[in-house]
Amino acid sequence: MEKMLDRRDFLKLAGLGGVVFVSGLAGCSDIPKRSDADDFYFVQLSDSHWGFKGPKVNPDAEGTLKKAVAAVNSLAQPPDFIVFTGDLTHTTDDPQERRKRMSEFRDIVSELKVKNIHFMPGEHDASLDHGEAFQEFFGKTHYTFDHKGVHFIVLDNVSDPTASIGEAQLQWLAADLNAQPKDTRIVVFTHRPLFDLYPQWDWATRDGAKAIALLMPHPNVTVFYGHIHQENHHMTGHIAHHSAKGLMFALPAPGSQPKRTPLPWDAAQPYKGLGYRDVEAEVQKAEYRITELPVVKG
Amino acid sequence: MNLNARGFKMLALATVLGASLVRAGDYASMQTGEPVIKIVAKKFEYTPNVIKLKKGVPVVLEFTTLDVLMGFKVPDLGIRADIIPGKVSRIRVVPDKVGTFPFLCDIFCGSGHENMTGALIVSE
Repeated sequence: MEKMLDRRDFLKLAGLGGVVFVSGLAGCSDIPKRSDADDFYFVQLSDSHWGFKGPKVNPDAEGTLKKAVAAVNSLAQPPDFIVFTGDLTHTTDDPQERRKRMSEFRDIVSELKVKNIHFMPGEHDASLDHGEAFQEFFGKTHYTFDHKGVHFIVLDNVSDPTASIGEAQLQWLAADLNAQPKDTRIVVFTHRPLFDLYPQWDWATRDGAKAIALLMPHPNVTVFYGHIHQENHHMTGHIAHHSAKGLMFALPAPGSQPKRTPLPWDAAQPYKGLGYRDVEAEVQKAEYRITELPVVKG
Repeated sequence: MNLNARGFKMLALATVLGASLVRAGDYASMQTGEPVIKIVAKKFEYTPNVIKLKKGVPVVLEFTTLDVLMGFKVPDLGIRADIIPGKVSRIRVVPDKVGTFPFLCDIFCGSGHENMTGALIVSE
């Protein structure tokens, strides 16, 4: 545990720590003992929308992702892995331009010192070509991996432009979950919210309730997602859902204004509303400590 | 009204739900004479994008698209339809509450998708 405490102290002393949110089931008596050595942390980045142009909402559109990469590289201790929860690029009707943006994005994130990176698409990456270009550059759009006792599931709710997971992927999810012991620590990464956060702004997954129903029998499940360009913390039963800030423009709180137009750039507080997060997994407790971090130290 | 058995079932269902998707062929057979509001979708707008309705008065919303596959969804009223290129989609709507209800395209259609919105305004 010494390693984790040192890193937290560093964040505090450096003034980097933002709001810390703890998600999990601390206190559950039936959780088997594991070594603190299994604890780890990862970094979540989301919604970089590479290729977007809109000086009124981000005059540094070509610099923000690079600054985020530099910020992650400057973390005192490197994360075990990094995850990008979709909308790596901003959409375009031109398949060649889409690939150009993905190539440029890939070049920029290749500067990350940590090479264990997991990608998934957002609707801007994948909905116009059913994920074809994304798969050329970044591989599968849904998959699983395991890390230090946690089972990670990446769900694709964007390659279908109707914002659906689809029956085939739901069957794949059911089969994967059935193969896990009941007490498995499960983390789901996805782009859109699986629950109806605010359907009036398309902040939902059409068949997300089916995925949640499959996850519900498992006691240790946490979901991290993107899409809405801001923090949001929500519970569906015992399952916590945490959305991340974006790296191109901030969006308004759900229903706080008539339209979901990006929030204007604040010259007095540049990069306000943008950022990334680190997530400390305390595996024994099935607990996740979220620390929001800015793109640029303020 | 000249309704066949299937038409009766669909109309009854639509009435129960307040609004329900009716397939074009079924609807044509109903010959209801209800007012039809034509809505044309194209990247990235609906025309018209403000639709005024009266509570309890049935209307048919008739959709076409000039380019790609679109969606039409009114989350607050539980209404949605696919708008398919080359086809006409129709929804029979009987608004059961007063208010302004936003609608949106719920099938990702490109760089202006997020702006493809409008509102149903239902008055007494």
